[in-house]
Amino acid sequence: MKTRNIAKKVIVYVFLISAFVISVFPFYWMIVGMTNKSVDVIKGKMTFGTQLINNLITLFTSFDMKGILLNSIKVSALTVMGTLLISSMAAYGFQIFSSPAREKIYNAILLSMMIPFAALMIPLFRLIVKFGLLNKHIGLILTSIASVFIIFFFRQSIKSFPYEIIQAARVDGAGEFRIFFTIFMPSMRSTYAAAAIYSFMNSWNAYLWPLIVLQTDEKKTVTLLISSMSSAYTPQYGVIMTAIVIATLPIIIVFFTFQRYFVQGMLGSIKQ
Amino acid sequence: MTGATTGRSFVKSNNLYGWLFISIAVILLAAFLLYPIVYSLYLSTTSSKGIVQNFVGIKNYVRLVKDPMFLLALKNTFTLFIIQVPIMLFLALILASLLNDKTIKFRGLFRTGIFLPAVTSLVAYTILFKMMFALDGFINTALMNLHIIKEPIPWLLDPVWAKITIMIALTWRWTGYNMVFYLSALQNIPDEIYEASEIDGASKVQQFFHITIPILKPLIVFTSIMSTIGTLQLFDEPMNLAQAGVTSATTGPGNSLLTLSVYIYNLCFKYMPDFGYAATVSYVIVFIVAILTMIQFKVAGDKS
Repeated sequence: MKTRNIAKKVIVYVFLISAFVISVFPFYWMIVGMTNKSVDVIKGKMTFGTQLINNLITLFTSFDMKGILLNSIKVSALTVMGTLLISSMAAYGFQIFSSPAREKIYNAILLSMMIPFAALMIPLFRLIVKFGLLNKHIGLILTSIASVFIIFFFRQSIKSFPYEIIQAARVDGAGEFRIFFTIFMPSMRSTYAAAAIYSFMNSWNAYLWPLIVLQTDEKKTVTLLISSMSSAYTPQYGVIMTAIVIATLPIIIVFFTFQRYFVQGMLGSIKQ
Repeated sequence: MTGATTGRSFVKSNNLYGWLFISIAVILLAAFLLYPIVYSLYLSTTSSKGIVQNFVGIKNYVRLVKDPMFLLALKNTFTLFIIQVPIMLFLALILASLLNDKTIKFRGLFRTGIFLPAVTSLVAYTILFKMMFALDGFINTALMNLHIIKEPIPWLLDPVWAKITIMIALTWRWTGYNMVFYLSALQNIPDEIYEASEIDGASKVQQFFHITIPILKPLIVFTSIMSTIGTLQLFDEPMNLAQAGVTSATTGPGNSLLTLSVYIYNLCFKYMPDFGYAATVSYVIVFIVAILTMIQFKVAGDKS
């Protein structure tokens, strides 16, 4: 009986360790790849090389990596800030000042969350062209700051926000917007953190919509650059690896710093 | 002024504030969500070659049935989710129930490691996989060194292997993500249930099928629908696994990775633009998603 239990434990650990290694290995490989030559990367060299500096130099001289990074940072930062402000305000309006008319609008918005992006893409593209927003970063930002999911996510957490605090502030004579900005916002920090992470990931990793909107090289984001680098006739794998690490690093850092909020943000959609 | 009137004016101003708070978001959503949804439906009844746009009624929908490319994209998409989604969710369930066992050491480390793929960008991990699964790439080299295979496997050069490669990639990216969902639900199941069944002589495998799966049923339905919708919208992975990315003549060998979203993109931006027909294809996705969502509500409704 005892040996059978030990055998079972061994199987469980072997399974978990394999899953762990498979999950983590590509990260190791990508960091190793960053330090190796193109030939070595593709052959699957698993040890660190000496090419890191060369790869970095090639990445920043053959491509406008600095400008492209700044583009990504600009788009993501503005999208996150805009999303948090606009979407949390809307959620607050729907929950704190609920009325039958607004409830109908809210339900309609929720329903549209199920519509896949592919169905919106074509009219959205024509709209962007019409407004003269083609090839402009604002075209990406403006179309994503009113996020249905983030509105929903905020509203779920506002439900547990003590209404008495708002009423007390009103009695003290505080205006509605002041209550929102100075009382509500600071006390919902963890919800804002989770929403920020979700929104940052979406914006930083976006591919299809930027591919359509951004048409010239100097406007491109990191994701677009990596994609076009890998489809070149003679891809420089070491340099691509360096770009992938640079593109992945910010998210990994955010993940390990805010792990608690991160998972909360991901699960937000189903927590009632 | 009496109390009643101040009350009413307060409600009135409250109403105004309600509109003010939601106004910006509602205007943006009307422009960038509602309008596109409606306009897309209208577009699907027109045919546009260049700048001329004609009303064609349901002609586009008839064209779908006879369009070999559309049928291929539909078939590819269905093949992917019928095989990949169950394997991935089953793996996620097993991992979650193993990691829910408090006697397992390093649970936090395992959980973090297995979840880690979910933080990567879709494009970045796809390109990583494209390099790993190249003909002379890491996977083939490793398998040949271990004497598991004699000839390199044409991962991305053969239609069937290309589908297997994308399934492996998708499973790597999303298993940990789904596992975290299951894990958080499992942590709410009281230990007493498992302890009681253990006293009754139930094995771990019996517990898994008779306690864990039934309790998680609503969540399993939810994650399957979400994964299916995700597969229906698959774009970044097939596009970047293709030989020359966006500029490739075919998406994967013999268009084996052509998905509905890629086909829509091609109809708009690669071939002679036909926005009308592209909108029709996109509404096929809408209809499938709508049906799936209804099924989900029905199953979830049964539970409560």
